[in-house]
Amino acid sequence: MADTTPITAPSPAPPSRLRRAWESDLAWSFRHAPVAMASFFVVTLLILGAVLAPLIAPHDPFDPATLNLMNGFTPPGQANAFTGELFLLGTDDQGRDVFSTILYGMRISLFVGFSAVLLAMVLGVTLGLLAGYVGGWTETIIMRIADVQLTFPAILVAMLIFGIAKGITPPEYRNEMAIWVLILAIGLSDWVQFARVVRGATLVEKNKEYIQAARLIGRTPFSIMLRHILPNVLNPVLVIATISLALAIIAEATLSFLGVGAPPTKPSLGTLIRIGQEFMFSGEWWILLFPAATLLALALSINLLGDWLRDALNPRLR
Amino acid sequence: MLAYIIRRVFQSALVLLVVGLVAFSMFSFVGDPVDNMLGQERTQADIERLRETLGLDQPFVVQYWRFLEQAAQGNFGLSYRQGRPVAEILVERLPATLELAFVSGLMALFGGIALGIFTAIRRRGVSANIIMTASLIGVSLPTFLIGILLIYLFSVELGWLPSFGRGEVTRIGNWTTGFLTTSGLKALILPAITLGLYQMTLIMRLVRTEMLEVLRMDYIRFARARGIREKSVNFRHALKNTLVPVITITGLQLGSIIAFAIITETVFQWPGVGLLFINAIQFVDIPVMAAYLMMISVMFVGINLIVDMLYFAIDPRLRADRTAGGH
Amino acid sequence: MTDTPVLSVRNLVVEIPTRHGLLRPVDDVSYDIEAGEILGVVGESGAGKSMTGNAVIGLLDPPARITSGEILLSGQPIHNLERSALRRLRGKKMGMIFQDPLTSLNPLLTIGDQLSETILEHLDISQTQARKRAIAALEEVGIPAASARINSYPHEFSGGMRQRVVIALALCAEPDLIIADEPTTALDVSVQAQIMALLKRLCRDRGVAVMLVTHDMGVIAEAADRVAVMYAGRLAELGAVREVLTNARHPYTAGLMASTPLASQGRKRLRQIPGAMPRLGALPTGCAFHPRCDHAQDQCRQEPGPTLDRCDGRAACWFPIGADTKEEAQA
Repeated sequence: MADTTPITAPSPAPPSRLRRAWESDLAWSFRHAPVAMASFFVVTLLILGAVLAPLIAPHDPFDPATLNLMNGFTPPGQANAFTGELFLLGTDDQGRDVFSTILYGMRISLFVGFSAVLLAMVLGVTLGLLAGYVGGWTETIIMRIADVQLTFPAILVAMLIFGIAKGITPPEYRNEMAIWVLILAIGLSDWVQFARVVRGATLVEKNKEYIQAARLIGRTPFSIMLRHILPNVLNPVLVIATISLALAIIAEATLSFLGVGAPPTKPSLGTLIRIGQEFMFSGEWWILLFPAATLLALALSINLLGDWLRDALNPRLR
Repeated sequence: MLAYIIRRVFQSALVLLVVGLVAFSMFSFVGDPVDNMLGQERTQADIERLRETLGLDQPFVVQYWRFLEQAAQGNFGLSYRQGRPVAEILVERLPATLELAFVSGLMALFGGIALGIFTAIRRRGVSANIIMTASLIGVSLPTFLIGILLIYLFSVELGWLPSFGRGEVTRIGNWTTGFLTTSGLKALILPAITLGLYQMTLIMRLVRTEMLEVLRMDYIRFARARGIREKSVNFRHALKNTLVPVITITGLQLGSIIAFAIITETVFQWPGVGLLFINAIQFVDIPVMAAYLMMISVMFVGINLIVDMLYFAIDPRLRADRTAGGH
Repeated sequence: MTDTPVLSVRNLVVEIPTRHGLLRPVDDVSYDIEAGEILGVVGESGAGKSMTGNAVIGLLDPPARITSGEILLSGQPIHNLERSALRRLRGKKMGMIFQDPLTSLNPLLTIGDQLSETILEHLDISQTQARKRAIAALEEVGIPAASARINSYPHEFSGGMRQRVVIALALCAEPDLIIADEPTTALDVSVQAQIMALLKRLCRDRGVAVMLVTHDMGVIAEAADRVAVMYAGRLAELGAVREVLTNARHPYTAGLMASTPLASQGRKRLRQIPGAMPRLGALPTGCAFHPRCDHAQDQCRQEPGPTLDRCDGRAACWFPIGADTKEEAQA
């Protein structure tokens, strides 16, 4: 302590935050993974499209006033035979612009996906921290529930939760509540992964000296969990969250496709595919194809991004 | 070993009890089935009569006991929607689902293991890398999209295969089978691929990872150092060791095929229990939902138990540890 | 035929291409092993001793490969054989023993299966004959009640017994050369001596040539006839064990000896070699050992170390100990 000499020499200006981020290992690995960069580009583009839908979309598919049934079944890129209107990706049976319905549908798909993952993450991380740090009966109960739930595929659990929640909701509110029920169902079906990883990491960190030290100087368990253990589990949680996002978007699409998800009044990508499937046999392929391609692009690029992130954050898993 | 099995059976029973509780809670807390079954023009007498028929006038504990008692006998009451015994509907629908699951399960298992071995052995090969990339797309492709894609290609464009239903079925006792007629077999192809593809991809990736791990082990090097031929090293030495960890996860994967059948059955309007379940959710038909849940649980738990036994059969270390140690 | 050494390695070079350039884990190494002789190969980890063994038996992990030099087995070149031909030689003409007996045996096959499989791979005999030979092989390495234990799985044996099984496996098709890569490192000290005694006995009785790779000078002193000292991929010194041990010519060998406790040397104070062996990617110019060498001179810093042609082909050093200068007296 005594012989620390103050640095008087003019040190070079500390690199800006942005520059440091650019030079970090993660960014380096990102710049050397063309697949990750392409995926990131696609995801960003799709998210922007969804967020800015009200500005970009040529039509508002939910406003009956702008719809003209005469515009129905217009093929993509061709002028409608009756009205002469032109639609980039064609129209569906009701004359709704497919491009617009996709943008709005993506809004719902992404909203449900992000919200469900957020719910699963908050729930899973909290329960995982509790189970790992507190131990005893708390741990037994939490992990037993996790085990039983893990016996069943997540999509089945989500369907079941959706079914039960639908039963509890009074029929007149069912359409209104459907989106929230969907988020709840997918979120609750997906918390186990987070909880298991966080619990495992917590058990490891808990016995390290610095946690013992923090305990000795009288930190509360809550502050120890939040300030010391949580930062250590962020990497795996981030990886699981990315992969979960792809799974949640697929789960949402699947449930909506099966008719147990987003209502027809608020169609998500899955609902659009369900609608489009009806026209597959009669030759109006664009009503099905474009929403399906969008869903695939979204799920695939998020998956690829998650794959890269897992390798980049944890080289040992390679 | 016996102690271990008894413990696993006990654990399985516990899981079933928990699921039973969930199923029963559905009966007690979810909605009023009377609302669902009777239309708008109902009289008080209608409601009373129905409540009595369904046993809804009994107190909670009595209902719970009755539920457990009945469930153990496979009796889940009447479907709210169809007004027929749930067990009867399930038995009628089950053969369709089991046949579908069986075929896709076989496809996923053998296809997945074969491709997994191939991509592990030819790790640097071009075709192995193409398969790996394709499998990532396969994982991202939702099951229902695969189904739609196949229908579009083989039914709409080419017109080779039917797009819905089971085709012509033959009745043998209580069982209906599509295996014996050409139209039944043709109808099975697309749904089976749809259902099996995703599981096959997962099994393939798992086998590949495990096998690459095993191929790095010392005993593989030692086998090579003794001049054992490559085929024997890969299939006798490496494969057996690969299968030990693969079996557990694969078993569970095969179990989930029955659950994923819900999606495939909806796409192809396949008259199995999965389609029944989806309709039950749409109409909040609680008895059918509960019965389906219990049935699936029994299957899953059963598969888990079988997987555990297989584990014993394949790994001598486990056999020895359990019999000698007893802890 | 009697004059041809069982194994003859001539100017062997193994290279690994990496992102940061070409690495040479084995650089211009030459030595012979006669029938019935044990050659000890010593060095720190990373010196290239295991890599030499892997190169001989043809089990280099890609991308490592032999880029020049020759390997002759009983006078026949084997470094340029195709994979299947080389495979037929492994087990039949040369065998290998690995460090860890716990992981060298396939846990899911009985030792009888693993023995019979190896025998049937190389000898044209029936199943029952193979089984008899397997039992004989187990008896030879000192497994008690061999005919009863042949159906046991590896986990039913202790560590030392497992290493005996490994030796039986390596020898069951009667090869002329055995490469033993740290065969005792993973074993208890009491078991180590037994395994070394077994290897020595088999070598004498059968006239097998043994390449004994180890980092343990004690093992070398006890078992080997001749010793090759490796440093940073090159041979530093090669000679009869007694000569090298008592009268090291290369400063590295001398340093190695001074830092090894040997009963024969009495109660001398142990000394350590300063510094550490350089990584392959960062070799110094000149002799690779010069930064750690007390005797280094300008020539050592500028010219790469000589090959083993100095002082009767024993030490790869410009200024071997005891050659002409008098300064090394304190060593």
